Amino acid sequence: MARTVLQQADIARALTRISHEILESNRGANDLVILGIPTRGVVLAERIGGIIAGIEPGVDPAAMVGSLDITMYRDDLAKHPTRTPSPTQVPRQGIDGKTVVLVDDVLYSGRTVRAALDALNDLGRPRVVRLAALVDRGHRDLPIRADFVGKNLPTSRDERINVRLAEIDGTEEVSIEGSSIEGSGTDA
Amino acid sequence: MRHLLSTKDLTRDEAVRILDIAEDMADVSTREVKKLPALRGKTVVNLFFEDSTRTRISFEAAAKRLSADVINFSAKGSSVSKGESLKDTAQTLAAMGADGVVIRHHASGAPQVLAQSGWIDAAIVNAGDGTHEHPTQALLDAFTMRRRLFPGESRGRGLDGVSVVIVGDILHSRVARSNLWLLRTLGATVTFVAPATLVPLGADTWPADISFDLDATLALTQPDVVMMLRIQSERMNAAYFPTAREYARQWGLDDERLGRLRPDSIVMHPGPMNRGLEISAGAADSAQSTVLEQVANGVSIRMAVLYLLLSGEREALA
Repeated sequence: MARTVLQQADIARALTRISHEILESNRGANDLVILGIPTRGVVLAERIGGIIAGIEPGVDPAAMVGSLDITMYRDDLAKHPTRTPSPTQVPRQGIDGKTVVLVDDVLYSGRTVRAALDALNDLGRPRVVRLAALVDRGHRDLPIRADFVGKNLPTSRDERINVRLAEIDGTEEVSIEGSSIEGSGTDA
Repeated sequence: MRHLLSTKDLTRDEAVRILDIAEDMADVSTREVKKLPALRGKTVVNLFFEDSTRTRISFEAAAKRLSADVINFSAKGSSVSKGESLKDTAQTLAAMGADGVVIRHHASGAPQVLAQSGWIDAAIVNAGDGTHEHPTQALLDAFTMRRRLFPGESRGRGLDGVSVVIVGDILHSRVARSNLWLLRTLGATVTFVAPATLVPLGADTWPADISFDLDATLALTQPDVVMMLRIQSERMNAAYFPTAREYARQWGLDDERLGRLRPDSIVMHPGPMNRGLEISAGAADSAQSTVLEQVANGVSIRMAVLYLLLSGEREALA
C-alpha cells in the first residue's frame, strides 16, 4: 500500500536546496533563527542548521537552531486525549528582531503553523517569520503558505503521508499510504 | 488520569510524565509572557474548607497561567458556614459549569467522596484532605529533588537510589504520606524520624524505616534529602512532646546538624516554617535549602496537573 515518494538522497537534496533558499532570501545567516516544530520538524531544523553552517563560514548551528512546541496552542486540544508537550528551546539570542524560519515535516491543514505563530507571539517579536516544510500535501484550512518547500505532493484527504527520519525512525523516506481507491492519489 | 486524589494511585510512568510536563511549565515561567492558552474557556474552582493561603494562590496562579478562569470558594463566610452539605456545594459548582475542582478539606477522604459521588462531573484535585494526602505537594517535592540532584538532566528519570529523611509530625502529616508513596514509586528510599508520640499506629507496615533518633539516622544514612515537616500547632491539642525547646533540640534541624550534612544534601520544608522550632534560620536560609524553589516549582507542578486533567477530551465516567 505504502508508496515511497522521497528516498534518502531526495530528502538530503531537498534540505540542501531549502538551506540555500533560506540563505538567499535572508542574504546570509545574520539574525537567522531556525525553529523546528516537534517531533520531526526539530530534526529537520537541526539538519538545515548543519547545512547552513557548512555553507556560511563562522556560523554556529547550536546558536541558531531551536525547537518550538505548539501543543498548548492547538485548536483541537479538547477533541483528543491529553497530549504530552515537548520542550521548547529557543537559542540564547532570543527571537526579537530576528528572521525566524519555522520548520515542519508536512504542511497540510495549516493549523499547526497557526498554533506555531501564536506560540511565537508569546516568545517575542521576530522581524519576519518564514515557513519551511519538507512536504506540502495541499488541503489547507487556513490562509497559510510555505516559503520553502522540499516537495509538493498532491494527495487526497484519505491518504497518509509518512515522513521517516533516521534520527527518530531508523529509516529515511517519505511515503504515501492508504488511498481508499488505488491509483486515485492525484486528485488534487 | 481523571482525578488526582492520591499519589498511591500514580504509576511510575504517570508520575514521571507529570514531572516532565512540569519541566515545560517551568520554562514558561521564565518567559516574558508567562501564559499558555491551553485551558482557555475552562473554569477551575478552588474549594477550600480549610485555611491555606499558599496552596490556594499556587493553584490560582497555575490555573491563570493556563488561561483558565478561577473561582475561589472558601468555607469561611460562605454557605458552608450556614450548614450547607458537601453535596449541595458540589451540585452548585456543577450547575455553574466547573470543569475542575481543587478541594482542600479537613476530613480525610472528602476529595474521594466528591470524585465518586456523581454529584459533579469535574476533574477533582486533592489539595490536602485531613491527615490523608496532599499529592501536589509530594509531586513538587519530587520535582525539586530531581532538579537539584540531577541538574540539566532531570527529564524522564525517577529518583532511583535517592535517600530521603523526613523529620517531624508524621502522625498528622499528609505531606509525609503523599511523599512516601510517590518517592517509593520513583525508586527513592524513605526514613521517617519523629518522636514516638508523633508516629501513627500502623506505620510499621509502611515501606519506610522509622527512627526516633535524628542524629543517629543522619549519621547512618548520610541522606541526599532532609525534609523537615511543620509542627502543626493547630493540631497539637494533646501533649505530644514536653516543650517546643525540647523538640527543637532533639528533632529540629539546627545549624550544628546542618553542618554535619553532606555539602550536596538538600534541605526541604513544605512551609510555612516555624523558624527556631523544626528548622533554624541558618538552615532555612542556607544554600542547601530549597524552600523558595519549592514554592516556584509548586506552580509548575500544578500547571502540569491541571493541564493533564483538563485539557484533553473528557474520558467517559468509569
